[in-house]
Amino acid sequence: MALLDVSGFKSHSGLGVFGTDASERWNRIDHFTFGSKCQEFALPVGSDPVGFLKSCSGENGVSIDLNHGTTTLAFKFRHGVIVAVDSRASAGRYIASKDVNKVIEINPYLLGTMSGSAADCQYWERLLAKECRLYKLRNKERISVSAASKLLCNMMLGYRGMGLSVGSMICGWDKKGPGLYYVDDNGTRLSGRMFSTGCGNGYAYGVVDSGYREDMTVEEAYELGLRGITHATHRDAYSGGVVNMYHMQEEGWIKVCQEDVSDLIHRYKKGMF
Amino acid sequence: MAARYDRAITVFSPDGHLFQVEYAQEAVKKGSTAVGIRGKDIVVLGVEKKSVAKLQEERTVRKICVLDEHVCMAFAGLTADARIVINRARVECQSHRLTVEDPVTVEYITRYIATLKQRYTQSNGRRPFGISALIVGFDYDGTPRLYQTDPSGTYHAWKANAIGRSAKTVREFLEKNYTEESIANDNETMKLAIKALLEVVQSGGKNIELAVIRRNQPLKILESKEIETLVAEIEKEKEEEAEKKKQKKSS
Repeated sequence: MALLDVSGFKSHSGLGVFGTDASERWNRIDHFTFGSKCQEFALPVGSDPVGFLKSCSGENGVSIDLNHGTTTLAFKFRHGVIVAVDSRASAGRYIASKDVNKVIEINPYLLGTMSGSAADCQYWERLLAKECRLYKLRNKERISVSAASKLLCNMMLGYRGMGLSVGSMICGWDKKGPGLYYVDDNGTRLSGRMFSTGCGNGYAYGVVDSGYREDMTVEEAYELGLRGITHATHRDAYSGGVVNMYHMQEEGWIKVCQEDVSDLIHRYKKGMF
Repeated sequence: MAARYDRAITVFSPDGHLFQVEYAQEAVKKGSTAVGIRGKDIVVLGVEKKSVAKLQEERTVRKICVLDEHVCMAFAGLTADARIVINRARVECQSHRLTVEDPVTVEYITRYIATLKQRYTQSNGRRPFGISALIVGFDYDGTPRLYQTDPSGTYHAWKANAIGRSAKTVREFLEKNYTEESIANDNETMKLAIKALLEVVQSGGKNIELAVIRRNQPLKILESKEIETLVAEIEKEKEEEAEKKKQKKSS
């Protein structure tokens, strides 16, 4: 862990013959094992994932276009947190899937959204879900939202600069109340009242910022979430499909609805078509 | 028989003992007594102060140590081993605050210390830590806690416990005297700790060191004047008890 490194502790060195790093990792007494010292994947020295990816995409040889592009948004209001995401996965100009689930249900009180590279998000957030379950088993109480987001952030920092692409919002309700954190692949971790991620986020911010009031009713908040995603999918080529919306309440999250954006956009822009 | 099975501690004896661990527990029994009591709004740690040599500075010998603002521990056994354990525990408390953004619960840090001790009972070439620890504090939600660990790496929660020399005598005293009224308020809880230590400590209040944590307040080590005051109160109560008994007998 970072603090152990700084304070100069050598945990379990000196018996090199009897334990390699990989097997020691699972026996470590400090349970939060994500840090630059022990990473999920060992990488050879001098490997450069970013350079390799650059050489692959583009005109030279096989083009590997990662699944990218999305719009997700989340905001806190009086009655909890609303989370709304689109469901399109694009690989370059090809729409790989129109019904991807971009919200991972970590536990009944924690949700994580995914934007950026679909593979990266799915892998790291499922790993986060595993750590959250382990935390609950070891400590007999649910992990707090700030701790869960910190764990994800530390995972990202372990691989900083190596080409991960993750923009995620961790949203939940713990004993400190509703929580919303934005975590990305640079290791940024911000707590806030409203976030939107993905290449459609500009459009979503515009809509939600103009329609937001702290004392909205639950119905108004649902409408606002739907509008934000719908207008973003209308203008952004890389977002589309359906809107999956969740409402985080004190007793846990509920899935509010799953609505097709083409139906929604016709509703909202009646005169235009 | 024992001689063949107590070298490398990773070896069990034929009748299922880990001799090094048991020898470590013997080392603990030689240490000076420490007692811990969990009250309603206060937790108390008391230790027997070993007499200090004339030229020695008294304040360098401290058996009650702070692990974090809301958790502290007292130990019995090898002081040097305790220093290492306390250092690791202090780093872990801060690491927990850094990663989880919450202070440790008393149970978490006890589990950490116990796992650390167990690790040393299952490694080549290392001996177990020769200390038992009493860890007290308040959790985030205000519940007071008292835990005890021993060299084998087990830990249990207690309402009141003692470790070190004459721990058995003190524990029996506590079993008889730990009642709802004896922990009714902070003062009574402190007096119970002193009474328990007075059972086994020679020459009274001078050789007792007492530390308390109250909810949402940092550790406070009592000055000798305050201990003298409490000892005087205890003496007075004893005399009043004796008087009452005399009167009952005569009537």
